[in-house]
Amino acid sequence: MSDGRLSVFKTYKLYVGGKFPRSESGRVYEVSDSKGRWLANAPQSSRKDARDAVVAARKAFGGWSGATAYNRGQILYRVAEMLEGRREQFVREVADAEGLSKSKAAAVVDAAVDRWVWYAGWTDKIGQVVGGANPVAGPFFNLSTPEPTGVVAVLAPQKSSFLGLVSVIAPVIATGNTAVVIASADAPLPALSLGEVLATSDLPGGVVNILSGKTAEIAAPLASHQDVNGIDLTGADAELAKELEIAAADNLKRVSRPSVSHHHPEKEAHSATRPQAVDGDDWSADPGTRRLTAFLETKTVWHPTGALGASGSSY
Amino acid sequence: MASAFDYAPAPESRSVVDIAPSYGLFIDGEFTEAAEGKVFKTVSPSTEEVLSEVAQAGAEDVDRAVKAARRAFEKWSALPGSERAKYLFRIARIIQERSRELAVLETLDNGKPIKETRDADLPLVAAHFFYYAGWADKLDHAGYGANPRPLGVAGQIIPWNFPLLMLAWKIAPALATGNTVVLKPAETTPLSALFFADICRQAGLPKGVVNILTGYGDAGSALVEHPDVNKVAFTGSTAVGKAIARQIAGTDKKATLELGGKGANIVFDDAPVDQAVEGIVTGIFFNQGQVCCAGSRLLVQESVHDEVLHALKRRLSTLRLGDPLDKNTDIGAINSAEQLARISALVETGEAEGAERWSAPCELPSSGYWFAPTLFTGVTQAHTVARDEIFGPVLSVLTFRTPDEAVAKANNSQYGLSAGIWTEKGSRILAVANKLRAGVIWANTFNKFDPTSPFGGYKESGFGREGGRHGLEAYLDV
Repeated sequence: MSDGRLSVFKTYKLYVGGKFPRSESGRVYEVSDSKGRWLANAPQSSRKDARDAVVAARKAFGGWSGATAYNRGQILYRVAEMLEGRREQFVREVADAEGLSKSKAAAVVDAAVDRWVWYAGWTDKIGQVVGGANPVAGPFFNLSTPEPTGVVAVLAPQKSSFLGLVSVIAPVIATGNTAVVIASADAPLPALSLGEVLATSDLPGGVVNILSGKTAEIAAPLASHQDVNGIDLTGADAELAKELEIAAADNLKRVSRPSVSHHHPEKEAHSATRPQAVDGDDWSADPGTRRLTAFLETKTVWHPTGALGASGSSY
Repeated sequence: MASAFDYAPAPESRSVVDIAPSYGLFIDGEFTEAAEGKVFKTVSPSTEEVLSEVAQAGAEDVDRAVKAARRAFEKWSALPGSERAKYLFRIARIIQERSRELAVLETLDNGKPIKETRDADLPLVAAHFFYYAGWADKLDHAGYGANPRPLGVAGQIIPWNFPLLMLAWKIAPALATGNTVVLKPAETTPLSALFFADICRQAGLPKGVVNILTGYGDAGSALVEHPDVNKVAFTGSTAVGKAIARQIAGTDKKATLELGGKGANIVFDDAPVDQAVEGIVTGIFFNQGQVCCAGSRLLVQESVHDEVLHALKRRLSTLRLGDPLDKNTDIGAINSAEQLARISALVETGEAEGAERWSAPCELPSSGYWFAPTLFTGVTQAHTVARDEIFGPVLSVLTFRTPDEAVAKANNSQYGLSAGIWTEKGSRILAVANKLRAGVIWANTFNKFDPTSPFGGYKESGFGREGGRHGLEAYLDV
């Protein structure tokens, strides 16, 4: 704008089934930066948008969970490559969204790129780390392997609009799940732009679906949806998290509860009731494997080994 | 029934077990009466004879037991793992020593054949304690980071179908990882858990580390609800599992739920028929079909349907139903009048909806709770008997033409606990196993269990795994 040229604004849109629809409700809401300046109008997703996203995620599940782990790893790495190329855009969006200086925002974006690389490498390793042969007391081959849970609803963190977002999406899809993601309500723009990156990273449509709007309004139909298999409550406050966990019990969704900010191993002395906390996670810390294993099922297959002959063989 | 297979009675002696006329709750190392003084009777399902009278725990007793477990937690969790291991090894050994007594006791209280308690339940119980004993001082190497911490007090609720085995699945990993427990056995099978309390005393286990509360669902609910319980482990119905998931929403309580199933047992046209028939029988008639992972839906390839059904009916006609203490008995009693009524109602529904019923020709004893091995043919996916868990000796037979159809039908269920595959073709086993959404898949075998092998379901069959290295996670703060 400084050179007198009128810039071209971007219409921020949802990312569902590999396409970029507006909300079917036609609603938008105003998104401002940390100083209250208008940034854009974001789509305000409805329950119908949430249900459409579940349909897209379910449709994508067979192909994505059936892809080789190597293939999924390459695609996650491709996301990192695409992101690196659009680094400047995301630095600007994150700086606006989170009120960070340009250098701090750049560090956040770099960390987000690196997180994609971290999880890209996990796709073909987690199976050996958490699965394996079990030495049963009998003539059986017995093997446990991890498999993705299915369609997972992800409430992205409210504060960390990009690094936090990437940190909750990547582990869910790395293992073969598909995701319906609710972006940070106040800072949805980095998430909506991430959709554009995913669309150009060979990620099949529907594997990640991104919705913006009021978290509770979108999360409620997802938590009670009978075709959603898991829900990550990271972006929910204590009250909403409890409501959603109750709704999720109807079809026994796997629930990943929000982290509390102060984690004491000696908490046994205290009550089991959760203190108030949102975004208790330190997104810059080593993510470990917790988020990878939160939405994995263990399948154990038995088969008789048989015997070669009565006398046995010593080679 | 006159047949070529008439056997003389071969009953196992009851004299190896001494059942007291009454039992209290086991809290803080002592047997004690319930606070409200309530008691209930436990009967032998094969004769309806009253075996004993046991204390009925209420909310106050739950609180007492949780407090005892909490007091014991500090020292127990601080013990070196190698010391906790030795307690568990002691328990495993005492169970082996007393296994005949416990097998007879379990058969009396549960109604299942002595053949099963003697050859399956009890060996697995001892093995489970022996297995987790060895983990207690190796937790640093279990893949959950260095020095993984226990959760605290575990509230555990177990069902009546494998009373002592389910106790072992719950208590062994909990204690190995340094938790203390309050366990509630099912109201129809309280005795083996009370005998286990005595084994804890013989092993010198510190007071309060294991507490046993006999009682009904209200006591279980109070246990789940108790604010000082850090972990809930439940095996039972899907309806109760969902209620528990709602109860603990918004808390820090960690949960494992092992719930219902409607396992598909898939027989392809190249399967060896005799072996498959044995597997079908084991799949659904083991423990009178009162098994969450039972192969209760037989999916048989259309081309071999008649041959398999013929062989299956012939085999079922030779099963021996009767006195569970008789060593020749294949089919014992249904666990309770209530369960028998549930099975009967579902079978009536099956007939009313038009599926064709066939029951093995066998005489049912005049007292006790009995149901003849039964199968339904002409079953479609819409039939109640193809969808609902019957938890009894009732098999629903469906057909398929292609492997894809078999997989689609097998997965068409709210449950996802177990499945079976019968075929000689290795690649087909792997391809089908890969597509089945179930936690345990038996290929060319069925209903095999081992302490090293993780067990648990997909979908509404629950979450979390019991057994193996996986089973540790449920009791660690990781």
